[in-house]
Amino acid sequence: MKTIKCPMAGNVWKILVKVGDPVAKGQDVIILESMKMEVPVTSESDGTVAEIHCKEEDFVDDNQTLVSLT
Amino acid sequence: MFEKILIANRGEIAVRVIQACRDLGVRTVAVHVPGEETSLHVTMADEVISLPDRKDYLNVARLIEATLESNANALHPGYGFLSENPDFAQACVDAGVIFIGPSAEAISKMGVKAGARQMALDAGVEVLPGTGTHGVIDDPIELAKRVGFPVLVKASYGGGGRGIRVAYTDAELLDALAAGAREAQMAFANGEVYIEKFLETPRHVEVQVLCDTHGNRVALGERECSIQRRRQKLIEEGPSPGIDAELRQRLNQAAVRVAEAIGYVGAGTVEFLVDAGRFYFMEMNTRIQVEHGVTELLTGVDLVSEQIRIAAGLPMDLRPRQGRSEGWAIECRIVAEDPARQFRPSPGQITHLHVPHGPWVRWDSYLYSGAKVSPMFDSLVGKLLAWGRDRQEAIARMKRALNELRIDGITTTIPLMRVVMDDPVFVAGGTSVRYLEDRLDTLLSSLAQTTSMETVK
Repeated sequence: MKTIKCPMAGNVWKILVKVGDPVAKGQDVIILESMKMEVPVTSESDGTVAEIHCKEEDFVDDNQTLVSLT
Repeated sequence: MFEKILIANRGEIAVRVIQACRDLGVRTVAVHVPGEETSLHVTMADEVISLPDRKDYLNVARLIEATLESNANALHPGYGFLSENPDFAQACVDAGVIFIGPSAEAISKMGVKAGARQMALDAGVEVLPGTGTHGVIDDPIELAKRVGFPVLVKASYGGGGRGIRVAYTDAELLDALAAGAREAQMAFANGEVYIEKFLETPRHVEVQVLCDTHGNRVALGERECSIQRRRQKLIEEGPSPGIDAELRQRLNQAAVRVAEAIGYVGAGTVEFLVDAGRFYFMEMNTRIQVEHGVTELLTGVDLVSEQIRIAAGLPMDLRPRQGRSEGWAIECRIVAEDPARQFRPSPGQITHLHVPHGPWVRWDSYLYSGAKVSPMFDSLVGKLLAWGRDRQEAIARMKRALNELRIDGITTTIPLMRVVMDDPVFVAGGTSVRYLEDRLDTLLSSLAQTTSMETVK
C-alpha cells in the first residue's frame, strides 16, 4: 500500500480528496497550514484513496501518514 | 514609571520588550499558549500566565483578564496579533490598563487605507494619483487613462497584501475591480476598493517617528525595505542608498506632518514609495516595527524603552545624539523557510545554535539550543543586525556575522542572505521592490554552487 506522508509539522487546513477518489502523481491532496503559510501536499504516485488518516484542523507532524492509496 | 507590564505577544519581540523592561526596572508578565511552556519569553519573564487556547494571542477578553489578574499597569502589544486593533487598545483603556501605543482613534484613522490617503493629502503629503476617497468610482476606465496604466486595485479596508491586483489594460481593470471587490468583501467584510497608479520599480522607504505627550515629535530617519518577497520584508537598511540629503529632509518632514495630523503618540512608521526623486505616502504602521533595530543602531535611541517611557507620560529621551543618525545599519531577517524550495516553511527543534558575538553585531531572537520553532506561528526566528561607519563596512560586518551564525535543526534563510551580501546589484545599492523577484534565480544558483563547494570541502 502506498502512503502520502506529511512533509512538515502543521495543521490540516483542507482535505481535497475523499475515499474512493482516483489520484494522479503530482496531484494536491491536502493543504496544510504551517507558519501562517499554505503548503500543498502532493501525491507521489497514481492510485485510489483507501483511507484518510486525518481530519481538517488536526495537528499533524513531520512524516506522519496522511492518506493511504491502493 | 510603571511597576509591571504584561507583554501580549511571543517570540523575539516579547524577548525584546522584556529586555527593555529590565533596563527600566519594570517587572514583566509573559503570556503563552499550550505548547510554549519552554519558550524563551516565558522563561525570561518575572511572571507567567498560561492561556488555554492556541488562538489566545488574538483573544481580547483573555488578554485583558490576564493583565488585571497579574496587576500589571500597562500592556505592550508588540507587532502583529492585536497590535493594530483599535478595539483592543480601547478595551485596555476601558479596563484601566495603559495600552503602550497610540490611541484607538489614531489606530482607526490609519487602519482605513482610503481614509489614511485623504489624511496624508490634507497634511500636504503626496499620494499616488488615483481615486479620491470613499464612494463610487464613476468611470474607472477614464480614471485609469488619466493616471496612466498600469494601475493597482486595492481594498479600502484591507491589509497584508490581500485583495491587491494590478491591471495593464481596460479589460484587466474591469476584471480586477470585480474580483477585488469580491475578495475584499470576503476577507474584510467590506467590498469597497480604490484605484491608484502602479509603480513598477519604486523603492520602499519608511520613516521612524516618535511622539510624546509633551508635544515633542521627531523623525528618526529612514529605513530602506525594498528587499521583499510577496510583500514580506527580508532585508532592511538605513539610510537608504537611493535618497539624498534634500529628499531625506522632505521625507522626515512629511512623516512628522502625517503623525501630527492624527495627534499620534508613541513610536510609529510612515511608509512611502520613492520613485524618480518623488515620494508618495503609502500607509502608517501604528506600532513598533520588526526592523526597529536598524534605527536604534543608527541613532542610539532605544525605541522600545521610549515607547514605554512615553506611555508612562514621560518626555522622550533622545540621548546621545538628539536623534541624529550616524553610519550605516543592515538587518537580515532569518526565517525558518527553505528558499531553494519556494520558501517552504521549516518548523522544528533547534539542535545546535551558535550566535555571532563580534563587535557592531546584534542578534534579536528567541532561539536557544533545544528551542522549538512552532508551526503555529510565523517563520521569523531571529534578526541579525550589523553597523558600520559606511555601507561597505556594514556589509562586511554582516557577512562576517552571517558566516558565524549557525542554526541547526531547521532550514533558514542564512545561506540566501550570504549570497545577497555578495550580489553586485545589492552591493551597488540598486534595489527596488522588484529586486528579489528579478535576482532570485541568479541568487539561488550561486547558493547551489556554494553549497556543493562546501560538500566537496
